[in-house]
Amino acid sequence: MAQITLSGLRHSYSPNPQTPEDYALKEINLDWQDGGAYALLGPSGCGKSTLLNIISGLLVPSHGQILFNGKDVTRLAPDKRNIAQVFQFPVIYDTMTVYDNLAFPLRNRGVPEARVKARVTEIADMLEVSDILRKRAAGLSPDAKQKISMGRGLVRDDVNVVMFDEPLTVIDPHLKWKLRSKLKELHQRVRATMIYVTHDQTEALTFADQVVVMQDGDIVQIGSPVDLFERPAHTFVGHFIGSPGMNVLECEMRQGQVLVQGHAVILEGMATGDGGKTQIGIRPEFVRLGPGGLPATVRKVMDVGRHAVVEAMLGKVAVKAVVNGPVPEIGASTGLHFDPAMTRLYRDGRIASTAGGRR
Amino acid sequence: MKAVNQRAWFFVLPVLLLVAFNALIPLMTVVNYSVQETFGNNLFFWSGLRWFEDLLNSERFHAALGRQFLFTAIILAIEVPLGVIIALSMPRRGPWVSVCLVTMALPMLIPWNVVGAMWNIFTLPDIGLAGYFINETLGIPYDMTQNPMAAWITIIAMDVWHWTSLVVLLAYAGLVSIPDAYYQAAKIDGASNWAVFRFIQLPKMKQVLTIAILLRFMDSFNIYTEIFVLTGGGPGNATTLLSIDLVKLALGQFDLGPAGAMSLIYFAITLLVSWLFYTLMTKDDPK
Repeated sequence: MAQITLSGLRHSYSPNPQTPEDYALKEINLDWQDGGAYALLGPSGCGKSTLLNIISGLLVPSHGQILFNGKDVTRLAPDKRNIAQVFQFPVIYDTMTVYDNLAFPLRNRGVPEARVKARVTEIADMLEVSDILRKRAAGLSPDAKQKISMGRGLVRDDVNVVMFDEPLTVIDPHLKWKLRSKLKELHQRVRATMIYVTHDQTEALTFADQVVVMQDGDIVQIGSPVDLFERPAHTFVGHFIGSPGMNVLECEMRQGQVLVQGHAVILEGMATGDGGKTQIGIRPEFVRLGPGGLPATVRKVMDVGRHAVVEAMLGKVAVKAVVNGPVPEIGASTGLHFDPAMTRLYRDGRIASTAGGRR
Repeated sequence: MKAVNQRAWFFVLPVLLLVAFNALIPLMTVVNYSVQETFGNNLFFWSGLRWFEDLLNSERFHAALGRQFLFTAIILAIEVPLGVIIALSMPRRGPWVSVCLVTMALPMLIPWNVVGAMWNIFTLPDIGLAGYFINETLGIPYDMTQNPMAAWITIIAMDVWHWTSLVVLLAYAGLVSIPDAYYQAAKIDGASNWAVFRFIQLPKMKQVLTIAILLRFMDSFNIYTEIFVLTGGGPGNATTLLSIDLVKLALGQFDLGPAGAMSLIYFAITLLVSWLFYTLMTKDDPK
């Protein structure tokens, strides 16, 4: 287990990169604590898999360093780094039994057979695959195969870090939930540093203590799931996390007042900075409908089960609100109330209001 | 009783006719010959199983069959491992892939009789490039028209040259279908190159290799044209494999009865060995 430091990491797949667009990773500086559960979250093509492959050693970065416990491993081969990785599609050795699959990483390192047996039995127990240990791995279902892949990652107790590259992609939805909680439980039991790469916010937020949100090769925000949800540092994070995403509305700044479609809105705190394009951000969860407030017309109502998402037109812009209980009719006039403590200001996409009120 | 619409038969008829003319009827003529004795003027006499008994007890047949099995065993033992090794060392991506593939495919595009003629001229001791080089420059006596050993080496070299590519291309197709994640996982698991071959590449190539071995078995077991052109079965009977012997019997001596019997036994052996191969190689596949 190890503390992982990424310093000044940049990577380009083209041999002589010219513009920032040539870089798949722009400039990454990160510190990950020993034993933490981290998630790398971002849309496809944001560079998260590149970053993962650099950490595992499958890729050598164009610039920068990776340190495990302060030791430079940037140019070390994957098998010398003592790491484990679980891939998007289950990788199993077809001709071996489940037991031999799990024992493979240990046997390759010359671990005595008695110790192999103890570890495999322990891991099989944790993953609840003890009853199929003698079976050929080829005939298993995809989720069982992925469990075996995870098991191979966890079987060595001296690994620096276990990495998961979108491991639940091929798993049926009803089993995803089971495997996700299994993974969380495993982390609590083995206490290895774990990095989980995904584009699925639910997976990232349920698994990780700290989520790193990436976009176009850049880190946009690092924070706990609650931080990301309540106070997105960038409108991208606001959009990307939450269902539906944050309402981001163009606004004007006039004499210290924030005007959205000509109506004054109260922010959480003071606006910082100057100039640029200004927007306010408010989560649909913190928009309340009722008499008074900003005048709006209900345009759409989507019932998503536990609550309804109401889309109302405030002047020319649509605002979404999460409504528990009775929903207004389409076409009805209503008032929008933004919770001031949850209303953020963004300048050119970055947060530009000081935290105030309740947090 | 319910009336059954019989019109469906009409749709099967064309296929039935085709199969009848290209397989069943020719095969039946052979069966017909195999149980009769022929004299000129289309005179036929029933001879029962005599030709079969004669043939199975004939030294000549035993020798040809032995040479046939030896030839097939040698070329399988060379072409399959060699094909796999070449496929493993070919690039997986980049501009060299197509260069390699085309180079590999070239020998297979050459007609059989041309291959035979090419190798004949190539290996002649007086004017052939290889023949002259081995005899004069290396000083090793080599004459495939006189020496049985030299003739065998030549027919084997020719077949390896002509057909290893088939194994290469099939094995390569199996190799490129392996996702990168397998190699990455193996690297992280600390697997040696041998372990990667044994536990990832070989299992993934197994199905295409089964097909490659079957095809190479059937083709080499039925080989005729190339050897006929190259050595004509000689020197003496040294390279007279089954098919060459069969043609000598049928068209040289015009013994249609024994030739018919031999064809059927030949066919039965090919079928039996192919079936055995296939069953053995697929017996522990997951269903």
